[in-house]
Amino acid sequence: MVPNSDREEKIPIWRDERFWKIALQVFVLVAVILIVSTLFGNAFRTLQQQGRQFNFNFLGNPASFNIGESVIPYQAQDPYWKAFLVGLVNTLRLILVGFVLTTVFGVLTGIASFSNNWLLRKLSQVYVELIRNTPLLLQLFVWYFGVVFGLAGNEPRQILGSFFITKLNGGGVFIPWMASTSTAYISLGLLVAAIVALFVIWQWRLKIMETQGASGKPQQMAMLVIGAIALLLLVIGLNWQTPQPNETGVITGGLRMSLEYAAILGGLFFYTGAFIAEIVRAGIQSVSRGQWEAARALGLNAGFVMRLVVFPQALRVIIPSLNSQYMNLAKNSSLALAIGYPDIYSTASTTFNQTGRPIEVFFIIAATYLSINLVISLVMNRLNQSVQLMER
Amino acid sequence: MTTTFPPSSAGPPDKVALGAIGWMRKNLFNSWLNGILSLVILYFFVSIGLSLFQWATTTAQWEVIPANWPLYFAGRYPSEQYWRLWMIVGIIATLSGLSWGVLARNSPKVYGIGGLFALGGLTLFSFIAPTPIPYRLLMVGMVILLAATTWVGHQAGRSVPSLGKWVSFAWMASFFVVMWLMAGGFGLPPVSTNNWGGLLLTLFISVVSIFLCFPLGILLALGRQSTLPVIRLISVLYIEIVRGVPLIAILFIGQNMIPLFLPTGIRPANVLRAIIGLTIFSAAYLAENVRGGIQAIPRGQIEASNALGINSFLTTLFIVLPQALKVSIPAIVGQFISLFQDTTLLSIVSILELLGIGRSVLANPNFIGRYWEVYLFVGVIYWLFCYLMSLGSRRIEKSLTTSH
Repeated sequence: MVPNSDREEKIPIWRDERFWKIALQVFVLVAVILIVSTLFGNAFRTLQQQGRQFNFNFLGNPASFNIGESVIPYQAQDPYWKAFLVGLVNTLRLILVGFVLTTVFGVLTGIASFSNNWLLRKLSQVYVELIRNTPLLLQLFVWYFGVVFGLAGNEPRQILGSFFITKLNGGGVFIPWMASTSTAYISLGLLVAAIVALFVIWQWRLKIMETQGASGKPQQMAMLVIGAIALLLLVIGLNWQTPQPNETGVITGGLRMSLEYAAILGGLFFYTGAFIAEIVRAGIQSVSRGQWEAARALGLNAGFVMRLVVFPQALRVIIPSLNSQYMNLAKNSSLALAIGYPDIYSTASTTFNQTGRPIEVFFIIAATYLSINLVISLVMNRLNQSVQLMER
Repeated sequence: MTTTFPPSSAGPPDKVALGAIGWMRKNLFNSWLNGILSLVILYFFVSIGLSLFQWATTTAQWEVIPANWPLYFAGRYPSEQYWRLWMIVGIIATLSGLSWGVLARNSPKVYGIGGLFALGGLTLFSFIAPTPIPYRLLMVGMVILLAATTWVGHQAGRSVPSLGKWVSFAWMASFFVVMWLMAGGFGLPPVSTNNWGGLLLTLFISVVSIFLCFPLGILLALGRQSTLPVIRLISVLYIEIVRGVPLIAILFIGQNMIPLFLPTGIRPANVLRAIIGLTIFSAAYLAENVRGGIQAIPRGQIEASNALGINSFLTTLFIVLPQALKVSIPAIVGQFISLFQDTTLLSIVSILELLGIGRSVLANPNFIGRYWEVYLFVGVIYWLFCYLMSLGSRRIEKSLTTSH
């Protein structure tokens, strides 16, 4: 067979795939640029007609609104950027506590759906089905107007022994907390150091017991001693204060959480906990039954099977999905606007109402939430890498 | 020499029939910890149940619900045009019945246990609903229509094989008929979208948003998978930015910035702005779900299709997308359920869907403080819809599973 002539056959350009690939991209790029420039052009022209400029100078102007609760000192004459900072701190305060509570609650509920107690299993299933099928905003309203306002009255009311809730003087939920004296803070620092030391000695003991066959007894003594010191520090050194109402009804001592904070924290962790429970349940179900049976055959009882064998393997499946649930919790915290808790979104909304600058305020909000989600993703990806299978 | 084994005792072990006491001992009290836990949970629930019952029958004032019954379901729709809403319910009942019958055409029983329960529940609800008698009779009529068309669909589905396609076509055509009936024009007196509210508005916004976000979401998913860098970059930017921002921010932008973006003078209705916001938001999430489905398809499918000479556009349309959509149906229905629940956020931008109507009813001086009653009622409505949708999704998943 004679090969064809070495002059390559000229393919007409409309049948050349490379041309179409580039043409399609150029077309899409031009279309997107046209649409975006039309939209923003309209927006800038309308803004100019109304005398508004697009810049961020308003951030230095005094904000003229009060913020309901703030960790850093803030007055109404402070500039807008400080108001945003206060909002950001409030959001972080809500999100971080929410992460801890929802993880603990969700994991416990997920594990409870495998309990050999029928009531506990059904309770977990009913909780998940009920909470996942009701809108979050409705649940937040029920928590705020129903639960928190229902419990709080005009007199301080005691709940579960040492918690107080009241509507007086701005209202709040009061929980026992450590004192703010310097000895208490020093005790807290020493307690953290003791816990770190315990962890380090524990890992060291396991390592030398496995590699050198050492008895591990001196380390065990050291751990017991440090554990006793830590316990003393925890119980006595931190100087726990229980809230007490005095004669006028003002509650002193303890930590005050505002009613709005309590309501939105409760609503958020309860809602996200149901989703995390489903994820944990799916993760545990993904571990093959053979693992359970082999662990029982070795003589481990149900608690040890879950803790030592099944749950660490389930973590591989659970952690990637947990990432999106944490991001959902961070984004759902913006619903604090409906409750009246001053998080960053509600601060931005008030700023927009006062300054009438939608595009700048939207940039700030988008940047804030995108950075929060990015940090969450980075941390969860790192965690994910540490539990994935090490393949050679 | 072969070894012979002694004959084993015949049959599987006897099933032990546990009586009530035996069942409790095995499931509730099988250890000390479990026993105490069971007692604590039982005590907790019995006390909550009793106090709830006591509250519901004595201190709760339930008038807030019958007094505002039409508000919850139709908002401020003019009452002389209610016949149009009833026609819409009739059309949806007919088409639902036909679809149910066609889907169940291969099963011997027409309704099934669950279906009978649902029909019975609906009839009961029609009897006890606090509306005037003619409306209750209309509701019972709708339930009978649903049951009858299910039977018709069941019988016809066996004799006419292509009935399913006709029913799908009828659903699409019905969308426009329903829009005409709701909005008016072309012979019917128009009803402004500002007067739509309650459950009617919630259902309308959810259905239109999910309808519109489908093509956009699939385009974005395909764009993200594409090898062309510009398209991939645009898709990724869109998806990541929209997924990183809370929905309420997007709804606020929709309400405040859409009039800015359009040429001066054009002010779209609030409901339209809400639908645009929800569509933009859902398209990003749907894109991620469909992308998961696309990634689940083995590469061999695309390679085989290329070997047959099918170009990439037709491959995507006829080979990749049908399989991807089938795989991601659970995720898509989950997205629809979230969208249905996310319409509640519209009450913050003062659009009076079901939760917004609930809040405005609570702002009425006659009904101050009736939080639990209103929120329980609204919550039960949302829960019923979402639970039924998730049951339906499990059903669809089971019927489309072709693996063994």
